[in-house]
Amino acid sequence: MALPIIASFQDLEKVQKKCAADFALRELSDRPQGISAEEIKELTKEGYEQYVLCCGGTGCHASQSAEIIKRFEDAINENGLEKKIKVIRTGCFGFCEQGPIVQIRPDNTFYVHVTPDDVKEIVTEHLIGGNKVKRLLYVLPATGEHMPDSKHMPFYKQQVRIALRNCGSIDPENINEYIARKGYAALAKVLTMKPEDVIQTIIDAGLRGRGGGGFPTGQKWKITREVQATKKYVVCNADEGDPGAFMDRSILEGDPHSIIEAMAINGYCTGADHGLIYIRAEYPLAIHRLEVAIAQARECHLLGKNIFGTDFSFDIELRYGAGAFVCGEETALIRSMEGKRGEPYVKPPFPSVRGYKDAPTNVNNVETFANICPIILNGSKWFSSIGTEKSHGTKVFALAGKVNNVGLIEVPMGTTLRQVIFDIGGGIKGGKKFKAVQTGGPSGGCLTEKHLDTPIDYDNLIAAGSMMGSGGMIVMDEDNCMVSVAKFYLDFTVEESCGKCSPCRIGNKRLYEILDKITKGEGTMEDIDNLENLARVIKDTALCGLGQTSPNPVLSTIDNFRDEYIAHVKDHRCPAHQCRALTQYIIDPTKCKGCTACARKCPVSAIKGEVKVPHVIDPQVCIRCGNCKNSCKFGAITIQ
Amino acid sequence: MKKDNCTEEVYQKVRTICANHHNDSGELITILHQCQDILGYLPREIQEIVAEQLNIPVARVYGVVTFYSYFTMEPKGKYPISVCMGTACYVRGSERILEEFQRQLGIKVGETTEDGLFSLNCLRCVGACGLAPVVTIGSKVYGRLTADKVRDILSDYYLKEK
Repeated sequence: MALPIIASFQDLEKVQKKCAADFALRELSDRPQGISAEEIKELTKEGYEQYVLCCGGTGCHASQSAEIIKRFEDAINENGLEKKIKVIRTGCFGFCEQGPIVQIRPDNTFYVHVTPDDVKEIVTEHLIGGNKVKRLLYVLPATGEHMPDSKHMPFYKQQVRIALRNCGSIDPENINEYIARKGYAALAKVLTMKPEDVIQTIIDAGLRGRGGGGFPTGQKWKITREVQATKKYVVCNADEGDPGAFMDRSILEGDPHSIIEAMAINGYCTGADHGLIYIRAEYPLAIHRLEVAIAQARECHLLGKNIFGTDFSFDIELRYGAGAFVCGEETALIRSMEGKRGEPYVKPPFPSVRGYKDAPTNVNNVETFANICPIILNGSKWFSSIGTEKSHGTKVFALAGKVNNVGLIEVPMGTTLRQVIFDIGGGIKGGKKFKAVQTGGPSGGCLTEKHLDTPIDYDNLIAAGSMMGSGGMIVMDEDNCMVSVAKFYLDFTVEESCGKCSPCRIGNKRLYEILDKITKGEGTMEDIDNLENLARVIKDTALCGLGQTSPNPVLSTIDNFRDEYIAHVKDHRCPAHQCRALTQYIIDPTKCKGCTACARKCPVSAIKGEVKVPHVIDPQVCIRCGNCKNSCKFGAITIQ
Repeated sequence: MKKDNCTEEVYQKVRTICANHHNDSGELITILHQCQDILGYLPREIQEIVAEQLNIPVARVYGVVTFYSYFTMEPKGKYPISVCMGTACYVRGSERILEEFQRQLGIKVGETTEDGLFSLNCLRCVGACGLAPVVTIGSKVYGRLTADKVRDILSDYYLKEK
């Protein structure tokens, strides 16, 4: 693919116009009023008539989306339609639960759970025949209604997409598509402004760090700018270590240029000419997309020396993480980029003053950078009009766990948890009862029923005993034991603690041991008090953000689910039937028909009994895997 | 097993990787990533050569290798199994699946079966939370798993080997 060389502002305008024309049909389908027949006729005279957008994000990629794309291309070529229909591999659509996803534009048909074998039917029935393939449409669980297009789906209706604006719409490996959607126009605009004014725009917009801390982004830029130094660095923190959060990955996979452009803008404002992206090695696809994007931006002269023919030069290189959660903390991240163990150091001095190789270093998270270009293009007033008084704009959440619509969503700050979980998320899986939602990952806490109507923003979540974190949102139902959940997070923290300070290294280990004791039914009431005391000490004395927040899952579960802790300790009972030592599977002899289904499924042969005679489980042998209960057709197996 | 792998050819590759990064100790992590790609793990011998080339103590190389979970000093099996223990997979029952793999294979997390076929590890989130719980074997991803499917998955691999 020959890429245009963009050596001046005029060049960008020309390229943008040309690319936008090619993009117009797809773009128009986003318009709420739709497209008129005349417009379609005009647009399709020379360009494509239909577009097939296939999700190429990690989730769908794991479910054979590459094969689906290939089959589409083959089928389209077989029918001689390659000049009329274009297949595009996009980034993540967000609706991962329903993947692999295929969207047809301009009519916005949204096909879910597509397999390679479905492709022929879509091509002949829909693309050629003009009839939607009904069985592949998304079905609204509440009513059983087939959704003809994505615009009417509740999952998308309440979302406002700023950071995810291009994810699922453009081909991330084609810079022209990014330019078509006003890509690099923000950088061009910034280069005609004074750096101070640009920073003021970001300050006025009220953008706060999306990595979790919520520090005002503009202030950070200002501090870095004001430090006198010959060399400065811009760092993008893409070390998304929070298990269950995947927004940074999706942005990098679906819209890598938005990060490159924002980093260049930051470089111009702070006086840095060198950018580094610190990315997890566990994200091979995101790394690949970034490498392609950086190479294309260089080829177009949008990275490198004298960008747009101005004095401004900027380039970016990648640095790989190696699997350490603590490296999401900015000082640890800097150590890691220097080739050292990722151990945090005491702040101040903050990285903005002294960071990578002792030079002033501006560290921002992926999602933060993804918000920059729209703010520059649309103005600070536009941005600050979205959200709540103290938290402006939107936030991306990775909705996962026991919720119907697992996926990536972006909503204005101030949206309530209820709207997110029940309207967009479609409620709890299997009609079970909502129990808690965990936000903020290993640093956050569990929120319950009583918090469901709290508007989500930085301050409200902290007041409720949790935090925004990077935006992971794990929904739990009645089958999840909250003591086990706290133990799960502590297990994580113990493993990920760098070991530098003792409150975190030793304290968290002790917290884990006490929790383990409680889940085994060996805890005492004193243990619960000890947990609370120790947790507070760790919070107050640990060196870095990881240690200071690591007891949050313990404190918030004790706060909200003290009864459950007491049930473990006093009654030796796990109300959610999750803790193995405290549960027992029992066969009800009056219901058991002796069909042997459970005995055959039991991996340890703990179930004995003759055919057509009620079976019995030997509790000494049983490993409580639950296979028997799932296999019983008569509901004869219960947990106690 | 380790000794057989570490041939002079491997050492030469390690030296070339270091030289490509100007023997700069600031590039240690990038260098180790590339070195691990050669054999799939980082035996002591490789670490010693890296230290020598970068002119830093072996202890520093070892310190970095053991700090980051992505680096391993154990050879992996022909089919490396990784069970996702991210929160989304955890709340949907990945613990049971991990236990079932341990039971079926007779190894613990971080170990490799005696025939060298399977190694078992946990990882924290592959980001495919829509498919939770998720297990990867090599580059193949198994989504929406339940413990009773584990035996069938493994027997597919055993069949392939016969």
